Amino acid sequence: MRDKQQIIESIYRAIDEFNVLVPPPAQLDKSPSTVLFGEHGRLDSLGLVSLILDVEGQVEADFDMSVSLTSERAMSRDTSPFRSIDTLADYISELLDEQQGG
Amino acid sequence: MASPRIVLISGSRRGIGAGLVNYFLALGDTVVGCSRGPSGLSHEQHTHFELDVADEPAVKRMFRDVRQAHGRLDVLVNNAGVASMNHAMLTPVDSARQVLDTNVIGTFLMCREAAKLMRRAGVGRIVNLSTVAVPLRLEGEALYASSKAAVEMLTRVLAKEFSDFGVTVNAVGPSPIKTDLVKGVPPDKMDAIIDQQHIPEWASVNDVANIVEFFARPESRFVTGQVIYLGGF
Repeated sequence: MRDKQQIIESIYRAIDEFNVLVPPPAQLDKSPSTVLFGEHGRLDSLGLVSLILDVEGQVEADFDMSVSLTSERAMSRDTSPFRSIDTLADYISELLDEQQGG
Repeated sequence: MASPRIVLISGSRRGIGAGLVNYFLALGDTVVGCSRGPSGLSHEQHTHFELDVADEPAVKRMFRDVRQAHGRLDVLVNNAGVASMNHAMLTPVDSARQVLDTNVIGTFLMCREAAKLMRRAGVGRIVNLSTVAVPLRLEGEALYASSKAAVEMLTRVLAKEFSDFGVTVNAVGPSPIKTDLVKGVPPDKMDAIIDQQHIPEWASVNDVANIVEFFARPESRFVTGQVIYLGGF
């Protein structure tokens, strides 16, 4: 079984990959409270696309399950899953649980 | 772009696709083919996947396998396509859906997954196959021409979206070639189409390969969002 911390670690590995490709001002801190997108967010729209792709790839590698983070459901939530690393981890946990029938 | 290039060609079992596989193998590239049936080709730099390009899980699995085997993808050629040559009033909706699924959704899925892989290297070339049926607005090919018009617009929009990742997207529109796709069309119909070309001759697979290879070259990094038709219109 995985816990939320494992998912956060997976996101951190994706951030390592992301940070290699962007200049220092655009790099992300590895903390659950890091604001990703929206007000005070560190990412522009292109950065968000890149991070989502890195996270999807890392989650698939770490948990051997394919997730798509950009469903209509994700986009229509009151609190965006892409607000922070913490909210993103919660959303990924939800998607992985659904795939496992949990 | 490293050498040999890793080139993925869809619809690679027959016709233009099979010709493109041989063309790139002859250049020394490593070629990954895919089509709905098995390939009879045996070559140490060739592998083949059996899949429907509109089947998202199958497409994602193929790209995962390509990433694991090669670590990158340099060139994608979206050649897989189906045609429905019939009067619009005689075209069943199932045929219409199949044309749109393979030609539009399939091309979209392949482009999307390829771009994910290519962006890691910061470079990539995507070449889509269109057709002269688009500029000629050919009667009897309403769905086929419409689907390829969509492919052309995908090409132009994806060229913008993927430019940040160093990925170019272009298209080639072949004029008639003697493949299975046109063997059921009456000769006088084909002659009428060919007569409209500036160069009124049948095209060859090598004519197509020449354009694909031009778009695929590392030196073509500044060429994107373009559609080239063979024969002249």
